[in-house]
Amino acid sequence: MQPIADPIVTFRHVQKSYDGENLIVKDLNLDVAQGEFLTLLGPSGSGKTTCLMMLAGFETPTSGEICLDGQRIDTVPPHKRGIGMVFQNYALFPHMTVGENLRFPLAVRKLPAGEIDAKVKRALEMVQLQEFASRYPQQLSGGQQQRIALARALVFEPKLVLMDEPLGALDKQLREHMQLEIKHIHQSLGVTFVFVTHDQGEALTMSDRIAVFDKGIIQQIDRPDALYDAPANAFVASFIGENNALDGHIEHDDGDSCGVRLADGSFLKAANGGVGRAGEAAMLSIRPERVRIVADAEGANRLPAQVEELIYLGDHLRIRLRVAGNTNFTVKTPVSRLERSPGAGQNVHVEIAPEHIRALTPMPA
Amino acid sequence: MSTDTLTLGAASPEPIAGLKQRLRRAERRRKLLYGALIAPLALFLLVAFLWPIGALLMRSIDNPEVRGVLPQTLAILDTWSEDDLPPAEAYAALASELASYKGTPELGGAAKRLNRETPGYRSLIMKTARKMPLAEGVDPQGALMTIDSRWSDVDIWHTIKRTGTPYTAFYMLSALDLDIHADGSLSATPPEEAIYLDILARTFWMSLIVAVCCLLLGFPVAYLMATLPQDKSNTLMIFVLLPFWTSVLVRVAAWIVLLQNEGLVNQALMALGITDAPLQLVFNRTGVYIAMVHILLPFMVLPLYSVMKGISPVYMRAAMSLGCPPFKSFWKVYFPQTLPGIGAGTLLVFIICMGYYITPALLGGPQEQMVSYFIAFYTNQTINWGMAAALSTVLLAATLVLYVFYARRLGANQAPAGR
Amino acid sequence: MKLTSTLALLGTAVLSSAAHADITVISFGGANQKAQEAAFYAPFTASGGKIIAGEYNGEQAKIKAMVETKNVTWDVVEVESPELARGCEEGLYEKLDYSKIGNKADYLGKAVGDCGIGIFVWSTVLAYNADKLKEAPASWADFWDVKRFPGKRGMRKGAKFTLEFALLADGVKPADVYTVLATKAGVDRAFKKLDEIKPHIQWWEAGAQPPQMLASGDMVMSSAYNGRIAAAQAEGKNLKIVWNGSVYDVDSWAIPSGSPRIKEAYDFIRFASQAKAQSKYSALIPYGPTHQGAVAMMDPKIAADLPTAPANLKGALPSNTEFWVEYGEDLEQRFNAWAAR
Repeated sequence: MQPIADPIVTFRHVQKSYDGENLIVKDLNLDVAQGEFLTLLGPSGSGKTTCLMMLAGFETPTSGEICLDGQRIDTVPPHKRGIGMVFQNYALFPHMTVGENLRFPLAVRKLPAGEIDAKVKRALEMVQLQEFASRYPQQLSGGQQQRIALARALVFEPKLVLMDEPLGALDKQLREHMQLEIKHIHQSLGVTFVFVTHDQGEALTMSDRIAVFDKGIIQQIDRPDALYDAPANAFVASFIGENNALDGHIEHDDGDSCGVRLADGSFLKAANGGVGRAGEAAMLSIRPERVRIVADAEGANRLPAQVEELIYLGDHLRIRLRVAGNTNFTVKTPVSRLERSPGAGQNVHVEIAPEHIRALTPMPA
Repeated sequence: MSTDTLTLGAASPEPIAGLKQRLRRAERRRKLLYGALIAPLALFLLVAFLWPIGALLMRSIDNPEVRGVLPQTLAILDTWSEDDLPPAEAYAALASELASYKGTPELGGAAKRLNRETPGYRSLIMKTARKMPLAEGVDPQGALMTIDSRWSDVDIWHTIKRTGTPYTAFYMLSALDLDIHADGSLSATPPEEAIYLDILARTFWMSLIVAVCCLLLGFPVAYLMATLPQDKSNTLMIFVLLPFWTSVLVRVAAWIVLLQNEGLVNQALMALGITDAPLQLVFNRTGVYIAMVHILLPFMVLPLYSVMKGISPVYMRAAMSLGCPPFKSFWKVYFPQTLPGIGAGTLLVFIICMGYYITPALLGGPQEQMVSYFIAFYTNQTINWGMAAALSTVLLAATLVLYVFYARRLGANQAPAGR
Repeated sequence: MKLTSTLALLGTAVLSSAAHADITVISFGGANQKAQEAAFYAPFTASGGKIIAGEYNGEQAKIKAMVETKNVTWDVVEVESPELARGCEEGLYEKLDYSKIGNKADYLGKAVGDCGIGIFVWSTVLAYNADKLKEAPASWADFWDVKRFPGKRGMRKGAKFTLEFALLADGVKPADVYTVLATKAGVDRAFKKLDEIKPHIQWWEAGAQPPQMLASGDMVMSSAYNGRIAAAQAEGKNLKIVWNGSVYDVDSWAIPSGSPRIKEAYDFIRFASQAKAQSKYSALIPYGPTHQGAVAMMDPKIAADLPTAPANLKGALPSNTEFWVEYGEDLEQRFNAWAAR
């Protein structure tokens, strides 16, 4: 990980334990750049939410330090940090109207009334809910509440906004709509967003960078395309996007590329994703859309395969194959690219270009 | 418009023929079914709750005694001008009716009823009845006037006429410290006899003090219970509910033992040198407050707890994230959300308190008695059930007014439920 | 109480009708009931009757409810005079047939009522703790003198007798008390007199309270029922009675209207109204017998402690039943208003 120049937030050797026995966050080092949209992604219990809560001030680090704008903040109480936050279930105050909810952070800061009104109006315009100022939160739909929560976190113009799985309670269609809306708001305001989710699609859609968490450690932090195309390890490969895994051993290591012998004896050339020396185990990661189905074995990097199942999805086909002992090898192919669909049980071959196979160190069992 | 505010039924500007009727018919069937489901309970409530209460309240205006004994006299008094003495027929009718009811319980009841209006009328009626029937040919008017001079005064006749109506405001007026005079005019009861308005005010005041004490003591406990982990809050809950497991009488007796002059509390205070002489802690208001708060505390803690349990801790975090200091967050964000619980708990304690009898009766002096004491007094001691019913009506009305006030004020403050 | 009598009723219904029906006798409890138990119930039971004994505090509401619902489970009740007079007029009690009881002329005039026959004469007296007072009070005027006799005073929480004592303390002659009290000015005078010692009064309600509180020193003197004080004296307490200015009244046996065991009720009343039974009762608790032949059967030393003893009657005031029936409700209400203030 390269150090970022002039970061807004830095975590240095931060650890967190609740019970004094297990570390839920192990040696976290993280820089957040000014104005970026950073997503903390990981399965539940991976430490991403704890990380966010330490930044917000609701949890204190067991050791290490956290800085905001170059100032240490780990001992600053949450209400003095000036960080906006959107909670999982919005946490809109039910006894206040939408307008009162938005006024709240401004009134606490004792702004003049005229300024408060102007800011509230602007914030409501930003989320297109001008006419809802006198409603109570319960009178709004989930999506509207979500937007008000966002507006409330932004109305006092914090430099940093944290979001803890804010879209989890919405249905799929609305969620996708809100992802874009949040992204657009971020782009127009230039505020730094730190977003926590366990949904990799959401992370890929919205983020400038994604930090993938597992077992209290950042496994990889990078741009979405880089994470997808060049996962640093087996966990990232399987957690982000669909992944076909094939197990084998390194036969020769050529620096950027390598040769791998699979368990059934077949051989593939692959890009080297940081595996060990010859003779060590490797996991090959192959994205479903990078696989070509061909009729014969004539050509490089081809493997025999048997069609197990075909799933028609309108614009594309998903074909489940048995390849080198893996019965769940999935291929995604646009319908237009197939001259004719193979039938179930048919023997075919698959071809994958070496640059689209990443040899990675297998996950410890 | 965002995708999530799609409205249903935007179609069909043309009404479909007969749709409304069909809908109404379908709805009606459903309503009938619901009605049938709750009918047994409604019936039960009607028979076991509303009817007896209604019947009891009727007693506060019921006025059968004089009407039952003197129907003919009253019929003649109907046309009486009321300025002068009634016509001779009224005397004759009264004499014959007194003669026929002489020595019966009905006459006793009527005499007692008249005596309530003006003390002395009971003996007047009884004395007159004893001299009945009159000898043949004697002029009833003259005879009655000879028996007692009060028969030549219009006041007794006014009283008979007024107590002869089927319903009377007499008890209700008395319960509100108003006197009705022989000529039918109203005036405030003289201060040395006025009592019920003061007692009502005292009932309100003492109930308020108890409710406020319960709130002050109960709020922190409920808050603690709502924030502690489940197992610890369950233990606390047992302590809160503990008073429910012993009878009120036992607890009141225990308080007497603890608080009396030679009781444990006073002994401890004196042993610690806090006081030299025992403090008067019982048979006065202090004792009543202590015991009432103890008895009613669970009624405050439980509604508070159930409301607080439903308030997510996230709200406090949200408020702090918005820049609000912790205590102010509690006050501005958490506390307002507990208002329904505070309202429910206070109202519950207040209303139970308003009707409390046993604790003030046993732990208080005459200055601590509330309305229910006088209801019991009239029910048991003097058997003036009209008065008992009138005081009950006043208490019930005061409680209802309070409830309506609560529903208006706290109900309106709350955000309407999402629709 | 009601349950046991209902059970008893069931029991008698099952047994043959030849057996004596159990009757329920209700009286004021405490020392009084204990004495009745020994003097009346036990001998009556020995002669073949069966009694279920119960107690109450004189509330007429229960009896009224029983009579009105025609479900009378009390057969003989001890009633105070004003309640008896009022209840008799209102039909709560059976009119007595004296041929089933005894000779009217044998009894004190005040004891012979239409609906009830006197059981005993009791007196409300001034009692004091002789250990606590250096000087003995002699009248209600002394009771009011908080300078000479400092300390709390006990009075019954109610208008009855309290007002009489106030007037006596204010110098009204016993014979004039009720004439004065029947006027508005007289009532005002009584309450004004009560105002003087209001802060010094400890109110009591049950007859057992005054001897207890006198003995414990919670109060130095009190109005009290003479029998209760005698019982405390018997236990060795140094309590003394002032007969001067005492008010006496009669408690009577009455039969609630519609009692299904009226024959047995008469049997009991006849038995308990005999001179012998009454003398036995009065020996146990010093309330005066209503049968004029009873005193002759008693130890003269005990007879001297009775309210009916001539020496004790001097300066005593008979309670005016008629007055209390007439003005009771009004005065009790006024008293409540006064006390609650």
